[in-house]
Amino acid sequence: MAGPEGPAQREVYEVKTGTIALFVGAAMMAVQPAGAAEPIRIGVMATLEGTYTVLGEDGIRGFELALMKWGRKAGGRDIEVIVASTDATPDSAVRAARKLVEQDGVDIVVGPLSGSEGIAIRDYCKTQPQVTFVNGISGAQETTLYDPCPNFFRFNMDGAQWSAGLGEYIYDEKGYRTIATIGEDYSFVYTQVFGLVLEFCALGGEVTERFWVPLGTKDFSSIIAALPDDVDAIYLGLGGGDAVNFLNQYAQAGGDAAFVGGTIMVDGTVLNSKGRAKELLIGVPSSGPQADTWDDPGWRAFVKAYQDAFPPEKRFPSPSLLATGYYNATTAVLTALDSIDGDLSDGQKRFREELTKLELDAPNGPIRLDGNRQAIGWNFVSEVVQLEDGNLATRLVKIKKEVNQTLGLDPATFKKIGLPGRDVPECRQSY
Amino acid sequence: MAQTIEPAAAPEPRTDPTAPPLGGGSRGALGRFFERHPVWTGFLFLALAILLWAIFAPWPKDMVAILGRKKIFLNALFNGITLGALYFLVASGFTLIFGLMKHVNLAHGSLYLLGGYIGYEVAEATGYWVPSFLVAFLLVGLLGLLMQVFVLRHLVGQELRETLVTIGISIVLADLMLWIWGGDFYQILAPEWLSGPVQLPLVTAVKRSGVPVFLKYPSVRLAILAGAVLVGVAMWLALNRTRIGMLIRAGVDDRDMLAATGVPVEVIFAAVFAFGAGLAGIAGVVGGTFQSLAPGEDTRFLLASLVVVIVGGMGSIPGAALGALLVGLAEQFGSVYTPTYAVVFTFVIMVLVLAFRPQGLLPGTR
Repeated sequence: MAGPEGPAQREVYEVKTGTIALFVGAAMMAVQPAGAAEPIRIGVMATLEGTYTVLGEDGIRGFELALMKWGRKAGGRDIEVIVASTDATPDSAVRAARKLVEQDGVDIVVGPLSGSEGIAIRDYCKTQPQVTFVNGISGAQETTLYDPCPNFFRFNMDGAQWSAGLGEYIYDEKGYRTIATIGEDYSFVYTQVFGLVLEFCALGGEVTERFWVPLGTKDFSSIIAALPDDVDAIYLGLGGGDAVNFLNQYAQAGGDAAFVGGTIMVDGTVLNSKGRAKELLIGVPSSGPQADTWDDPGWRAFVKAYQDAFPPEKRFPSPSLLATGYYNATTAVLTALDSIDGDLSDGQKRFREELTKLELDAPNGPIRLDGNRQAIGWNFVSEVVQLEDGNLATRLVKIKKEVNQTLGLDPATFKKIGLPGRDVPECRQSY
Repeated sequence: MAQTIEPAAAPEPRTDPTAPPLGGGSRGALGRFFERHPVWTGFLFLALAILLWAIFAPWPKDMVAILGRKKIFLNALFNGITLGALYFLVASGFTLIFGLMKHVNLAHGSLYLLGGYIGYEVAEATGYWVPSFLVAFLLVGLLGLLMQVFVLRHLVGQELRETLVTIGISIVLADLMLWIWGGDFYQILAPEWLSGPVQLPLVTAVKRSGVPVFLKYPSVRLAILAGAVLVGVAMWLALNRTRIGMLIRAGVDDRDMLAATGVPVEVIFAAVFAFGAGLAGIAGVVGGTFQSLAPGEDTRFLLASLVVVIVGGMGSIPGAALGALLVGLAEQFGSVYTPTYAVVFTFVIMVLVLAFRPQGLLPGTR
C-alpha cells in the first residue's frame, strides 16, 4: 500500500475489506491530488519515562525547535506530529514505533534516543519498508555498522565516534596512564568505552578494570567502594539520574579520584541537576558532539534560538546534545522534504535519495552520511567549567573533524575487533 | 508447646526441649524458635559468628582472593543495612496501615516522593536539613489524613475499589508532582556536619609498613541508619508499651469488638494512617538525601515496600525491619559481586519466601 495515502483512506481500509475498499480508496485518491492538502505525519519517540526522562524532554525540545523554524510545514505540506514515549528499553521503543507506524500510520519516524533502543528499531525498521526512520540521537555502533536497515538514517555519530580525541587528550595533556571505567550496562556505553579504549590503549595507556552497573542503579555506594585507588583516573559512562546519584554518593563517601567523563555524563542534563554534587565535575575532560561554549556563529545562533523558543524554567540554559541531535535529525527530514516538494510517492524513493546525499550544515559542524547512512561529523573534546552565573558548561578544548564510524581504521580491521561489549575491545596498542 | 521438629542431633547448648522460653514476655517468640529449631539456631549463631569475624578480623589472603578486598565487603554490608533502613522507613508505614485497616495503600510511593520534594523545598528555603523532616512529616501526614477521611474510610472492606482508587490517586499525584517539579533530578543537600566520610574503628587492611587502614564511611548514611533504628524502636515501644499502642493492637485483632467497647476506632484509624503517611514523607527526605528524587521513584519505592512487606509478613513491624534488611543487603551485595544480576536477587528472595513461607518471615501475630 505505497503511495500518498492519508489517514482517511487508511480508516476506510480498516473498516471495509476487499474490492469495495480498494474501489473507495481509488476514488478518494482521485479526489485528493497527491500530496497537495494532506499533512505529512511525523512520529517522534523519545524517553519520556524512567531514568532518561529529562534527556527525552530536551530531545523533544530540539524536535520542536526545528519544526518551529519551518513553521510546521515542509515541501508545501502541513506537518502533523505524534509523540510516543519510551523508557530506554528496547521493547518500549519497539512498542512506541509499532504504535506510531501501525496505529497512527505515520510516514516518517524520528527517534529513538537511547542506544539499545536504536538496535531494536533497526530490526523493526526492516519489517516496515514503507516508513522512513531517522534516528533521534541513539548512539550504539551496531545500529548502522552491522546489517543496517535500508530505510534507517542516522544523522548523529555513534558513541565510539563521540569518544574520538578523548583518549589522546587525557594521555598527552592530562598525562593519565592507567584508568578504570564504570558504565551502565548497555550498548551505548559499550560503544563509548570502545572508542576510548581503542584510542587510549593505542597510545600505550592501560585500562585496568571495567565496571558495569545496571541502567537505573540508584545506590552506587558499594560500587564506589570497589573502585580501585591505584589508577590515574576513572572514566564515568553514566547518564541522567544514575550520574547524579553516583556523584552525590561519591561526594558523601569523600572520594577524591580524577574523573574522565563520558558524553552524557557531562551533558546539560547532569550539569543542570539540582544540588551540589555536580560540582565534582568541574575540570573533568570529556568529549561529544558539541561544546556548550563554542564561539562558532552557527552554534551561537542555534543556542539563541533554543533560548528564545522556550521559557527559562522549561529548558536548560543551553541545549543539551539530545536537543541538538533531535534538531539535526528533524532538520534533515524537513530539508529533504522541502527539496522534493513533499513528494513521498513511490515508497518514499526520492525522499530517501535526498536524505542520503544531504550535507547538513548543522550547528555542531557539517554532517554527511556514509554508505550505511551513518553520520560522519565533527567531535568536540571539552572540559567542564563553571560560568560566571554559576551554571556549569563544557568549554571547548579541541575539535576532531571528519570522524567516521570506523574511527579512521580500515573497515575490515575495524570489524575484526568485534562488536562493542563488556570486554571488547581488548586494551592493545594495535589491531 | 515444645515440640522438636528437627532431629535433635545438633551440638548446640539449647537442645533441651524442656528448657524455659528465653527471656519470656516479648522475647518469648525468639525463645520458642530456639527451642523448636535447634539446628537452625545453630546455623544462625554460626553465621553470626562468621559475620562478626569477617567484620572485625583482618582478612587472610585466600579470602581476599575469593571475595575481593575487605573494604568492598564491609561497604556492601553497611550500605545494605543503611539502604535497608530507608526501605524500612517507607515500608513500616505501609505495613502499619495494612495491619490495622487492611488498606493496601498503593499511593504510598507517591507519598514518599511528595515528602522528598517538600523536604527539598524546605531545605532550600531555610538552609537547614532537620526541619525538612518535620515539615515533610506533617504535610504528608496531613495529606494521608485527608485521604483516609475523605476516600478510604468509605471503601472499607471493598478491596478492589480500594486498590483502584489508590492507584488512581497515585497517578494523579505523580502528574501533579511532574507539573510542579518537572522531570529534573533533585538532591537534598546534607548539612555540613554530615557531609563527607567518618573513620570507623574497623580495620580494612594493613599496609606493608604495619599501619592499619581504617574504614571510611559516609557519615550521612550512619545518621540515617541511627534515625531509622530510633524510629523502629520507638514504634515498637509505642505499639507494645503504651495505651495507644494497646488500642491499635486491639484494633488489629478485632476491630468490631474494640469499637463495641466504646473506643473511637475511626479516630485511631485516621491517626495511624496519617502517621504511616508521615513516615513515608520522612523516608522521602532520607531518600532525597542519599539518592535522588525524580519522577518514577514513587513506583520504585512502592514496589520496594511491597516486596519488603511480603518478605517480612504483611502487617508486622519486626517483619518490615527484617524484610527491609534482607532486600537492602541483597541489592548491595548483588551490585558488587554480580552486578549484572543484581536486579534479580530481590525478587528471588520474594519468590522463595512466597513458595516456602507465604505468610512472610515474621508475620504479625493473629
